Amino acid sequence: MDAAPTPTFIQRKTALGRWWQSKSLRRFRRNPLAIVGLVIVASFVVIATIAPLVTPLGRSCMRDLGLTAATATAHRDVRNPAFWEIMFRTPNSCYMMPRAGFSPIPQTPEASGTLLGTTSQGYDIYYGLMWGARTAFRIGVLVVGIGLTVGILVGATAAYLGGWVDNVLMRLTDMVIAVPALVLALVIVMVLGNSIVNLMIAISAVAWPSYARLVRGEVLRIKQLEYVTGAQAMGRRSFGIVFRHILPNAIGPVLIVASLDIGSIVLTAAALSFLGLGPELGYTDWGQMISFARNWILGPPGQPLAYWYTSFWPGLTIVFFVLGWNLLGDAFRDVLDVRGHV
Amino acid sequence: MFTFILRRLMMLPLVFFGVTVIIVLLMQLLTPAQRAAAYVRSENQANQIPEIIRQYRLDEPWYVQYGLWLGRLANGDLGYSRTTNEPVLTTLRKRLPTTAELAFLAILPVIGVGIFLGTMAALNRDGVIDQVVRVLSIFGWSIPTFVMGIWLLVIFYGLLGWFQPGRISTEFAIQMATGDFRNFTGFLTLDALLNGRPDIALDALRHLVLPVITLATVQSAQIMRVMRSSLLDALSEDYVRTARAKGLRARVVNRKHARRNALIPVITLSGFVLIGLINGVVITETIFNYPGLGQWAARAALNLDYASVLGFAVFTAVAVVTANLLVDVLYGIVDPRIRYG
Repeated sequence: MDAAPTPTFIQRKTALGRWWQSKSLRRFRRNPLAIVGLVIVASFVVIATIAPLVTPLGRSCMRDLGLTAATATAHRDVRNPAFWEIMFRTPNSCYMMPRAGFSPIPQTPEASGTLLGTTSQGYDIYYGLMWGARTAFRIGVLVVGIGLTVGILVGATAAYLGGWVDNVLMRLTDMVIAVPALVLALVIVMVLGNSIVNLMIAISAVAWPSYARLVRGEVLRIKQLEYVTGAQAMGRRSFGIVFRHILPNAIGPVLIVASLDIGSIVLTAAALSFLGLGPELGYTDWGQMISFARNWILGPPGQPLAYWYTSFWPGLTIVFFVLGWNLLGDAFRDVLDVRGHV
Repeated sequence: MFTFILRRLMMLPLVFFGVTVIIVLLMQLLTPAQRAAAYVRSENQANQIPEIIRQYRLDEPWYVQYGLWLGRLANGDLGYSRTTNEPVLTTLRKRLPTTAELAFLAILPVIGVGIFLGTMAALNRDGVIDQVVRVLSIFGWSIPTFVMGIWLLVIFYGLLGWFQPGRISTEFAIQMATGDFRNFTGFLTLDALLNGRPDIALDALRHLVLPVITLATVQSAQIMRVMRSSLLDALSEDYVRTARAKGLRARVVNRKHARRNALIPVITLSGFVLIGLINGVVITETIFNYPGLGQWAARAALNLDYASVLGFAVFTAVAVVTANLLVDVLYGIVDPRIRYG
């Protein structure tokens, strides 16, 4: 008699397991460039998170945290209230680059006692780069948030109501897209004045139209589906249908595409602040650091590369940040097959 | 085709009004006195602000001001640029050829290199060329204009001393100002040749090398990517298989059947390339101290020179809308589906 066949167990998969094994995610996992992108972006998230713990704080930041010279590193201790304050309710003064001296000439690491040297006016490059990651994510996440909110409202209203409302709203979107983003943002920052908040407002004002278009397309697609007709037949009011039935189904791809925009949003912010239309002087912000380097392209006679560190480190940081998001975005767009969002 | 173009043409004034209204509304965030500064031409006028506000009716509601602004625009009065100390329109006219020369020279490699490398990559899918092109395009796409510009200057100006920032060397600038150098086109390289001065043309060209590379890199990377993916799409179409099956040579199939259709998305992208070039020109000209429209706009924004920035913004909006119109028309010619859709 044959031995009883070994029973095979049908493996029950959790929702997470199913997601992990899904076709699109497998495609993502097998794409080495996508993994590189993910690793780069993840490293920047880590840098932004731990920046307060691995940088030597400036004096006004320490004062605002209630730290003295004797307890300069007390905020690295989880038991100290200063730890929670600098991590979650960061005083604005901590976003300002501390100055190792006031020399108008950039200083090497050895001369200034900093890790990567200083820019002109003594701003600590290492501090600026680490905290700059925080600034970058703050700008990226907030701008995507504001842009998405406006974009969803405009796009959903236009698509659902249709007719002249659609026409007016979409022509408005076309008009904003017609002005090059940098030029419109430049006008807005100039009118509002230099500050990090105004910079975010300006970039949100140029970011929302593409989301509005995307949302509109998705809503139009879903509006055709039968379950929406069902909801209409049951007498639900228009806005109830849009917000309870359509948007939750439309929002997935929009959310992903929008969050992948963080790279290009940070790039626009850096470009504006490179031109001098960003946060105030001395703010930890990569674009501003590159603009400091502009005057130090030529070294003193005989040492052409004497000030290389002022442009090399900030430049490299921005390139890696943008590269990470681009690799990630490329892979995701491949997986989701989102087209037409340039 | 004619009605299609007419329909697109009617969009032009609509978008123009929309864009200018948005910008004039933004200006309402400023106080009338700040807006009056756009019309101050000399130190003496600084204490005549109230008169200027009254003269230009800057304290009226925005729609009145918008109407007045349009009226002045129709008379060619865009205000006075404090950055260049001349009327805004004069600066626009003077600097447009300078920027156009740079942009024109940048478009050539963008289209040439972008389409060529994109095609090569798609035809050698997953081969060595493809891998190299993909890595190149991802890196080119990821280097911000301002980082690229600074790094190029550090290497080729600071270290090697091959190229300089600016538009022309000082010695030639002096010769041009004092001699009988005549401006024909505003394109310095061309004008120098027309004046029989190849040495000046060469010098101007040398000053253009780094800005052109900076400006072209990001955009050609974009075109490269789109060209590659759309050609790959086209190559997998049934009509390409049919063409191969009936025994046409690979070259003919690739060129006549696949590439023609693959170019359609590239044409769509060219509208975005222009927007990218305008954004890029502002930064590139600032880095290389190249006296064009972009450098002027960036400096004006820092000087709170509202008249100049407004003039530049309106100019770019009109340029982009016109270019998009051309792209749409081109699109309609290339792809009949658009015309009748």
